[in-house]
Amino acid sequence: MAASETSNGTALRYAFGNVLSFFILLLIGVLAFSIRLFSVIKYESVIHEFDPYFNYRVTQYLTKNGIYDFWNWFDDRTWYPLGRVIGGTVYPGLTLTAGTLYWILNSLNIPLSVETVCVFTAPIFSAFASWATYLLTKEVKGAGAGLTAAVLLAMVPSYISRSVAGSYDNEAVAIFALIFTFFLYIKTLNTGSLFYATLNAIAYFYMVCSWGGYTFIINLIPMHVLLCIVTGRYSSRLYIAYAPLVVLGTLLASLVPVVGFNAVLTSEHFGSFLVFIIIHVVALVYYIKGILSPKMFKVAVTLVVSIGLVVCCAVIAVLVALVASSPTKGWSGRSLSLLDPTYASKYIPIIASVSEHQPPTWPSYFMDINVLAFLVPAGIIACFSPLSDASSFVILYIVTSVYFSGVMVRLMLVLAPAACIMSGIALSASFDVFTRSIKFQLPGVKGNSQVDAGDTSSEGVVAQNEVAKTDKNEEALKERPSKKNRKKEKEHVEKPSVKAQIKKRLLVLPFEASIIAILLLILLGAFYVVHSVWAAAEAYSAPSIVLTSYSHDGLHVFDDFREAYSWLSHNTEVDDKVASWWDYGYQTTAMANRTVIVDNNTWNNTHIATVGTAMSSPEKAAWEIFDSLDVKYVLVVFGGLVGYPSDDINKFLWMVRIGGGVFPHIKEPDYLRDGQYRIDSQATPTMLNCLMYKLSYYRFVETDGKAFDRVRRTEIGKKHFKLTHFEEVFTTHHWMVRIYKLKPQKNRIRGKAKKSRSKASSTTSTKRSETQRKNPWH
Amino acid sequence: MVKSTSKDTQALFHSLRSAYAATPTNLKIIDLYVVFSVFTALIQVVYMAVVGSFPFNSFLSGVLSCIGTAVLAVCLRIQVNKENKEFKDLPPERAFADFVLCNLVLHLVIMNFLG
Repeated sequence: MAASETSNGTALRYAFGNVLSFFILLLIGVLAFSIRLFSVIKYESVIHEFDPYFNYRVTQYLTKNGIYDFWNWFDDRTWYPLGRVIGGTVYPGLTLTAGTLYWILNSLNIPLSVETVCVFTAPIFSAFASWATYLLTKEVKGAGAGLTAAVLLAMVPSYISRSVAGSYDNEAVAIFALIFTFFLYIKTLNTGSLFYATLNAIAYFYMVCSWGGYTFIINLIPMHVLLCIVTGRYSSRLYIAYAPLVVLGTLLASLVPVVGFNAVLTSEHFGSFLVFIIIHVVALVYYIKGILSPKMFKVAVTLVVSIGLVVCCAVIAVLVALVASSPTKGWSGRSLSLLDPTYASKYIPIIASVSEHQPPTWPSYFMDINVLAFLVPAGIIACFSPLSDASSFVILYIVTSVYFSGVMVRLMLVLAPAACIMSGIALSASFDVFTRSIKFQLPGVKGNSQVDAGDTSSEGVVAQNEVAKTDKNEEALKERPSKKNRKKEKEHVEKPSVKAQIKKRLLVLPFEASIIAILLLILLGAFYVVHSVWAAAEAYSAPSIVLTSYSHDGLHVFDDFREAYSWLSHNTEVDDKVASWWDYGYQTTAMANRTVIVDNNTWNNTHIATVGTAMSSPEKAAWEIFDSLDVKYVLVVFGGLVGYPSDDINKFLWMVRIGGGVFPHIKEPDYLRDGQYRIDSQATPTMLNCLMYKLSYYRFVETDGKAFDRVRRTEIGKKHFKLTHFEEVFTTHHWMVRIYKLKPQKNRIRGKAKKSRSKASSTTSTKRSETQRKNPWH
Repeated sequence: MVKSTSKDTQALFHSLRSAYAATPTNLKIIDLYVVFSVFTALIQVVYMAVVGSFPFNSFLSGVLSCIGTAVLAVCLRIQVNKENKEFKDLPPERAFADFVLCNLVLHLVIMNFLG
């Protein structure tokens, strides 16, 4: 009778807990969504940065022309004159997701524009990602840790930086896909159900569709399988979780055009096949071991080992031969630079030139994962007690992702979920310990605990709820883990005798210490929340096409990029070609709808090197290169007037390096004075005569009379010069974007008289433009 | 030495056979199915080695279809095996439904990939 009552109570409490955790998850979703809206509130609903513009353009094309045209899309507006096969070279996951969202919304008669859908895709998926984190951590360490990890992930700054509203990039959906794939893998591992294995393969397919980072999954899971086998944790559940995933996953991955046969031909995937073979051998061994007597098994082992060694050697030899026969040993440049961090800077300047491919600095760890960095070790310890298949997986995940984040800044994003899961486990476990010690020492409970352990827990829950009420909702949720665990614990406590109880009480921490520790943990959590909100609001929500700056006379808005692009789209012919450094390629095609020579998809190094060479050549040679490419306009970004540091002059050395890598007559030392990059009077003549210098600083002296560059904090070396082959057609309000037109070739027959006249006319025209547009800065 | 080894081998095969004879018939059917699909995959690999792998997607889908079927059948065998204590509470009907679903997905993908 009493037993049924208590079980009734437990069921009721479980139901209550489920409802509560459902609402908490809902709130977490709202939190994850709304913390990413700072960029819309502070700026406007606009697509950010560079790559998102391309994704936006692709999505527009998809919604306009349908999926089949999308797969066959040959884009002739980029990489002129080569063009680019978009359908076969793009990871379609993000685009298809946003396209589907748009389609669903429109079929429900909610007329949102494509741009709006694109802007809000990332926040929606970050809510999904935090739910996926909950599921994953719940599989590893129970619901309490899951909820804590979900809250942490909802506002981890590293993830916010890639998923604020408007940051419409692959990572926005890929992180969700990554976590969800891991969750399904763990779920399959825990249940051994083929159904989840199928779902796992499909989630992996979505990940392959979305991001090149899928290779992380297809290497991490085999590593975990291998770890399990080596440590003797092989089980048939492991086989069910892994073997179907490899077969189905490989097939599904080769369905994505951008991956195609790479899914079976490149070394990134070989590891999974090797482990696939190993797990079959191991499975067979375990099976035979199961049906044979130990003595016969020994005989079989000696027999098989001698034969097996020969076979293994043969297979390894074949594999080595296969790998060695491919040119880069089967590894793509980006993956190689992961394994050998110095690889990219040595061999591939185009990879090294991207700032997000640089190794991170220590402060960036603190900035991006904040207090989680301190909680992670505690979480690893918590995972070891007790070590299960699932917890060994998250340990492996955190270890590998820490390594990868140390290689590339952008892979900090892969670390962030792992850090959140670990910290969630750590926080939950420590709250569990502290609240348990408080519970055992509460005077009212003390007497009871000796009589009935069941009562203790219910009393403890009441006490807990009171604590939870006083705190904020979010703190309440950190308390919950302990409550949940207590239920399980209760069942444990009831069984063992009083002796065990006494032992347990010896493990209890002092009352004051645990209260102080809880307060400190709450303080730590509050610090994390404050930091995350600050990061979301201030650091990571700038769209980078609209810049703002605060100075003593108020807020300045620099909207020069859009000004320049709209000038291009209104004042040039539809088929005109615009040359710029590749950073601005996507934006030019998306916003100005003009053909560009190179863009951010850096698939053709030679083409980029050609543009780099043109930018670093003297005017005449540059004009010839651009003319051979049919270029009508050249666009440079110049931050010297307003102090915008990521302008073309600062990127110029990379243009020289990339250009010099293909065309050896461009030599980096020519642009450096004693190994120093400078543009003042000490600069080398090659530097002062190259096209980039001239286009950036043309007429710059007219702004303040001294030509003081605010980014380099120096006066420029050569102030008064004229352009012979280019003419300035447009300079934006703050001089951030300057557009030049290539002058047509001179008519040779008329000789010098005409030349001088044309010169005179060009000077008058510049004078006229001066009178029209006074320097905006004064 | 050689004699003892061959004797051991004989004893081994004998005990293997007697142990295998004890497996239920439905498991034996699954085993036959697995062996058949692995054999089919081997034939395709041999054919590829002789003729060449030109429509590579066809070869790939053929081989992976066989391997996939074999792997899924092994999974089914693990799940319906009564001696396997890990899957005590999984009814064989559920295991078979999962197997069918997984096969369905596999072959839909293969039909797509076949080209």
